[in-house]
Amino acid sequence: MQHAAGDEAFDSSLGWGTNEALIISILAHRDAAQRNLIRQTYAKTYGEDLLKVLDKELSNDFERAVLLWTLDPAERDAYLANETTKRWSSSNLVLMEIACTRSPHELLLARQAYHARFKKSLEEDVAHHTTGDFRKLLVPLVSSYRYEGDEVNMTLAKTEAKILHAKISAKAYSDEEVIRILSTRSKAQINATLNHYDNEFGHDINKDLKDDPKDEFLALLRATVKCLTRPQIYFEKVLRLAINKRGTDEGALTRVVTTRAEVDLKVIKDEYHRRNSVPLDRAIGKDTHGDYEKMLLELVGRSDA
Amino acid sequence: MALPVEHEALTKAFSGFGVNEKLFISELGRWHSEQRKVFRKRSEQFFIEDERGFERWDHHHVALLEREFLRFKTTLVLWTMHPWERDAGLANEALINGPQSYGVLIEIACTRSSEELLGARRAYHSLFDLSIEEDVASQVDGPERKLLVALVSAYRYEGPSVKEEVAKAEAKILYNAIKNGVSKKPSEDDEVVRILSTRSKLHLKTLFHYYKEISGHNIVVDFDVDMYLKQTVECMYAPQTYFSQVLDAALRDDADEAAKRALIRVIVTRAEVDMKEIKEVYCKLYGVSLSETIEAKAHGNFKDFLLALVEKGQSD
Repeated sequence: MQHAAGDEAFDSSLGWGTNEALIISILAHRDAAQRNLIRQTYAKTYGEDLLKVLDKELSNDFERAVLLWTLDPAERDAYLANETTKRWSSSNLVLMEIACTRSPHELLLARQAYHARFKKSLEEDVAHHTTGDFRKLLVPLVSSYRYEGDEVNMTLAKTEAKILHAKISAKAYSDEEVIRILSTRSKAQINATLNHYDNEFGHDINKDLKDDPKDEFLALLRATVKCLTRPQIYFEKVLRLAINKRGTDEGALTRVVTTRAEVDLKVIKDEYHRRNSVPLDRAIGKDTHGDYEKMLLELVGRSDA
Repeated sequence: MALPVEHEALTKAFSGFGVNEKLFISELGRWHSEQRKVFRKRSEQFFIEDERGFERWDHHHVALLEREFLRFKTTLVLWTMHPWERDAGLANEALINGPQSYGVLIEIACTRSSEELLGARRAYHSLFDLSIEEDVASQVDGPERKLLVALVSAYRYEGPSVKEEVAKAEAKILYNAIKNGVSKKPSEDDEVVRILSTRSKLHLKTLFHYYKEISGHNIVVDFDVDMYLKQTVECMYAPQTYFSQVLDAALRDDADEAAKRALIRVIVTRAEVDMKEIKEVYCKLYGVSLSETIEAKAHGNFKDFLLALVEKGQSD
């Protein structure tokens, strides 16, 4: 079955006019293991990497969506992370996203994939391409291998909530203690700490991180907190901003849809509908077109299955 | 009479490592009560003359005796342990012991392969319900925290690819960091920590080569002021030299317990890795073979077991 699918993809892309619809219909409905098998079978049969072939034939947003979707999750994360080392600004968010919304094991797989593909470690590239406070936060985040258990030390949660509050009140946002807590504690522990913060000080920690709306580091810090505790809320906002921008931010849109389609896109969709009073697929339909739109909608619709 | 020999055997148990079980059995075991009494009366450092008319064992020396008996068991348990569990346990123990033992963290982080260090991190989760980096970050207080956390979190690339120009540029960065070492401590310099804790070992070897070209000496010599950085570089640059020095410190007559524990640690963790090379370097540095030194300083089963580990691989 996979062999036939590989055949069709080849036929469709080899110069007889690219049959994007076929590519979409084949790839969009396969899970990661199946997509991997298609790639392997294709390579064995035709002697070329399917992704390279697609790269030659497709263009821009659609190509990028297909490329990202076809990569397996670890390779995808490595690819996205590496891209950020070549760009600026929002790249910090992508690195943080990968470090914080993947499980510790998935992050590890991404780091392994990074070695294999880029002949360097993820942390050495992130360290080399970031500076100052951003480096201080991002390197520990991508290097973390958090404990995955549910155990929580409530006394510690109280102590560390106090520490965070003290540092934030003193505007020491990039203080080592803040970085330490956010980048080394387990997610369960961080959740307990931030819940205690709310209980003790009356509001969510992010409220206290809104001092300067233009401060990019604060924005990153707030996003980090979100990703560690309520990733779906974070992703809903990314989608909302990506679609509402004058001119859609396809990069962000593609990234969120392809990386979450097999994880929690359903929850994100529900959140999007709740927050924007319009279903995600309708919003995407309004703002994108052509094969790119079709691919996204397939992936978004897929998450209902 | 045989008394001086047993006395000597018991006394010897308090210097060096381990106990001479055979001697105890063959000699002490044969004594009748009068001989034992004479022994107690003549061994003032082991037995205190109690006011109520008997010779009482000095508890401190009983504790020391216990410790020496324990070395064989410790070695056995450590040797049979999975390397991941071993490294995780050693790291945790080092953290608990405090700054004097932080060198063990550096040793583990820098001399294990990326996969071995990763395994140790996994085992740490299982053993302590915490990640190693969260424990190190929360227990280490001083300026060395940055370096130590970064080192234990590393998952270095291990392939052959190295960018020469980058290695050269970073050698210069390190060189400048040392030169400015008076105004800013190198171990607190972000660039120094970044380079030493994220770059691949091959990259660092290349970098050290360029460093020598720039500065005229080995980087180990220049990093002498900061002990944590020095050890980091030693472990990367010439691990067998580092291990030889640790062994030498452990086997010296004036070694304290912390230094002595390194004997078991190094031999058990390196026995099947690079013990052969370590022995060669040790011999070159100190003019005597490691086995000879162990033979002279250790006793009984413990000594035999260590020698077996040290000689392992000789016939392989």
